[in-house]
Amino acid sequence: MASLLEEFEIHNMSGPMFTVAGHSITFTNSTLFMLLAITAGTALMVLAMRPAAMVPGRWQMLAETLYNAIANMVESTAGEKARPFFPFIFTIFVFILFCNLFGMLPWSLAVTSHIVVNLAIALTLFAIILITGFVKHGFHFFSLFVPHGLPWYMAIFIVPIEIVSFMVRPFSLSIRLFANMLAGHILLGVFAGMAATLLTAGWALKLVGILPLAFNVAMTGFEFFVAFLQAYIYAILSAVYLRDALEMH
Amino acid sequence: MEGSALKFLGAGIAMVGTLGAGLGLGMIFSAWITAIARNPAAEKKYFTIGMIGFAATELVLLMGFVIAYLLKSAA
Repeated sequence: MASLLEEFEIHNMSGPMFTVAGHSITFTNSTLFMLLAITAGTALMVLAMRPAAMVPGRWQMLAETLYNAIANMVESTAGEKARPFFPFIFTIFVFILFCNLFGMLPWSLAVTSHIVVNLAIALTLFAIILITGFVKHGFHFFSLFVPHGLPWYMAIFIVPIEIVSFMVRPFSLSIRLFANMLAGHILLGVFAGMAATLLTAGWALKLVGILPLAFNVAMTGFEFFVAFLQAYIYAILSAVYLRDALEMH
Repeated sequence: MEGSALKFLGAGIAMVGTLGAGLGLGMIFSAWITAIARNPAAEKKYFTIGMIGFAATELVLLMGFVIAYLLKSAA
């Protein structure tokens, strides 16, 4: 039986193209699905809004719903001042959403099931948060680690905890997305394997084999929901972390 | 006992953390539903904070899963 992790393997599709500082740059299936996600996301937003009609059609409705959902969420969690960062958070949302959704196609790769992709996005976000925080507040930004009304003797314990919880955020953000996608796809694989084994066995077991198959159909629907939910949670938490840099508590 | 057997045992024990995450998620959604039932007008306001609570609790579960996965793939 093929390994459950086979669908997460990265294949080299082009052979080494060129080298940068000793690393050979190649075109992999991960690159392909990232490009597909970017193209599909951009095409949806650009083409759906091409007529920009007063009375929106179906596609324009979809694009406007996505836009409004994220715009309202950013404004309610990160405040009015987060307006300049909305395009960045919206881009993250659309990219992750389309990566997750393309991962649901058969024989495809869910790009977000590789932690390096999520961590790259999360670290970019944190670079932006830190730069914004220091530009806006200067060294006063360090008071983020000292909650208001904290007695000095408690600061000895609280400040290291606050610093660690701040540093851990990009990792928790990326691990959440990666583990969700990995666990979901492995679960689908486990039940597909169970259904395949039972359905090729004797007639009595064939009847039982319907159950994992039916469960898998339901889980596939649930995975589409998870794909949307995880992209949305990534965007919400980005906005929440951004608020710290903008408003300092 | 064999070393690889202990790894599988450890992976199983790591997934016990799911118990706490399950309880926590149940509590979050029950509180969420109660809040919406008491004040349906504020449903939209609860959505974001509920999602943040959900994400934070779910992280505990996923950490357990990652540990189990690492132990299993190391075996």
